[in-house]
Amino acid sequence: MIEFKLPSLGADMDQGTLLEWKVSPGDTVRKGQVVAIVDTSKAAVDVEIWIDGVVRELRVHPGETVPVGAVLATLDGIGEAPSAPEPPARPAAALPAAKDAVAAHRISPAARKHAEERGVDIDRIAGSGPDGGVTVEDVEHAAKAASAAPAAITKAAGPRRPVTPAARKRARELNVDIETVAASGPGGAVLLEDVERAAAPAAPAKDRQTEMRRAIAAAMSRSKREIPHYYLSEVVPMQRALDWLAAANSGRPVTGRLLIAVLQLKAVALALKKFPEMNGFFRDNAFQPAAAVHLGVAISLRQGGLIAPALHDVGKKSPEQLMRELTDLVRRARAGSLRSSEMSDPTLTVTNLGEQGVKAVYGVIYPPQVALVGFGRIVEQPWAENGTLSVMPAVTASLAADHRVSDGHRGALFLAELRELLQQPENL
Amino acid sequence: MNEQELRATVIATLKTIAPEVEEEDLRGDKPLRNQVDLDSMDWLNFLIGLHEQLKVDIPEADYAKLVTLGDVLAYLQAKIESS
Repeated sequence: MIEFKLPSLGADMDQGTLLEWKVSPGDTVRKGQVVAIVDTSKAAVDVEIWIDGVVRELRVHPGETVPVGAVLATLDGIGEAPSAPEPPARPAAALPAAKDAVAAHRISPAARKHAEERGVDIDRIAGSGPDGGVTVEDVEHAAKAASAAPAAITKAAGPRRPVTPAARKRARELNVDIETVAASGPGGAVLLEDVERAAAPAAPAKDRQTEMRRAIAAAMSRSKREIPHYYLSEVVPMQRALDWLAAANSGRPVTGRLLIAVLQLKAVALALKKFPEMNGFFRDNAFQPAAAVHLGVAISLRQGGLIAPALHDVGKKSPEQLMRELTDLVRRARAGSLRSSEMSDPTLTVTNLGEQGVKAVYGVIYPPQVALVGFGRIVEQPWAENGTLSVMPAVTASLAADHRVSDGHRGALFLAELRELLQQPENL
Repeated sequence: MNEQELRATVIATLKTIAPEVEEEDLRGDKPLRNQVDLDSMDWLNFLIGLHEQLKVDIPEADYAKLVTLGDVLAYLQAKIESS
C-alpha cells in the first residue's frame, strides 16, 4: 500500500486545506496526474500524484485542514493486490487547534469528520487504533451498527429545539438540515443567522492577504536567520541580446513575441550547469545539489504579495518554448491555479525587479534553495572598452548565495559566465 | 468603429490585465505604464488582447510610439482606418 501524503508546497507552508478530490476510490491514477486541490496560504494548488496506482481510500475530506505530511489517501501500486486487509489507520497528526478538543481519546481529523457526516457520536466509539485512537473504520463500524439499532448510537433526537419561523423558512430555501445547525439563540433557539452561517461555504482562506504576508514573513525570517547570505553584482552589456531579440521579434505576430526575461532565464540555467553549488537545496545540514534546473520565477500578484513557481528544465528548452511556458505560468499564478510540482520544485529563484524601475536587486534566498539571481532594469550607460567611450544598454545582474555552500570566488565566476552567455544570444 | 467604441474596447482590454484600473483615474496624456502597474508581460498581453479584439497587428518597432493612452488610441484608429 502506498500512502499519499500532503506535500510541502514551499518553505512557507506548514498546513493545507483540502478543497476538492479529483479522483474517487478505485480510480487508476498516473504519475503527474492532478488528484486534489489544496488551499495553501498563497494559492489553491493542483496537487499531483508522484506515482502510478489505484486509489484505495480517501482519508481526508474536503474542508479539512491537515499538516504537511498527513496521509491524504492510500493507493495500491499497479499490480498490487487491492484486497489486502488494511491495518488500523494511524490517526493523522492533529493540528494544535484540534488537539484541545481531543481530551478523552485520540480521534483522527478524518474520523471526526466522517462521524459528523454519518451522524455518529464520536465520543461513544471505542477506538481500535494505537493508543485507543478512533479511526475512520471504527466510525464506519459504529455507523453500520447504528443503522441496525438506530436509538443506540446515533445522536439522540432529544427534545426538539426551538426554531424561529424565519430560520425554518431560510433553512428550506438554502437546503440546510435545521437539526444540524448550531444554535445561538436564547434557550438554544435556532436563529436566522445560525442557518445562514451553517449554509455559508467554508472559506478556506478568509483573508488571503494576511495569510500570504504571514507566509512570506515566515519564509524570509527563516532565510535571514539560517542562511549566511553573500551578495555580488555584475553589469552585463545587453546590446547583443536586445539586437537579437528585436530581429527575432520583427517577423513575428504579437502572439509569438519573446521577452528579454526569457533569454535571461535561459542564460541563468546554462550558467548553473558549470556551478552546481548554486543549484539545489540545503537540508539536514548538508547541501543536496539538484540534477535538473527548475527556475523559480518571482511573480508579483496584483493584490499584493508574490509567488515563485518553477519553470521546469529551463536549460533544455528553446526560447520560444520558454516564452509559452512563462506566459502560461504567470497567467496561472495570477489566477491562483498552480500545480504542486511548480510550487515545490524550484532549485534556484530568479527575480526581475527591473520592470519596476530599479537598477539592481539584492534578493533574499528562498529556503531550502541556496541562491537567488536578480536582474534590474536595462538602462543605457556610458561604456568604456578598448580605450573608447560609448553608450551601452546594460543590466545589473546580482547573486545572493548561501555561504555554507559556496564562496564569493565561485559566485563571481558564476556571474561572469552569465555575462558571457548573454553576449551570445543566438546560442541560448 | 467610432472613437468612443475604440476607447471602450481599449479600456476593457486593459482591465482584463489590470482589473483594478478605474477609467476616470486614467490621464490620456500621461505615460500609461506609469499610471497602471504593467510589467513587460502585462504589456505584451495587453497588445495581444488588442490584436485579438481589433484584428490589428502592432509591430514591436512601434512600441515606442505607444506611451500614453492617447497615443494608443490614435495609433489604433489610424491602423483600423488604413486596413
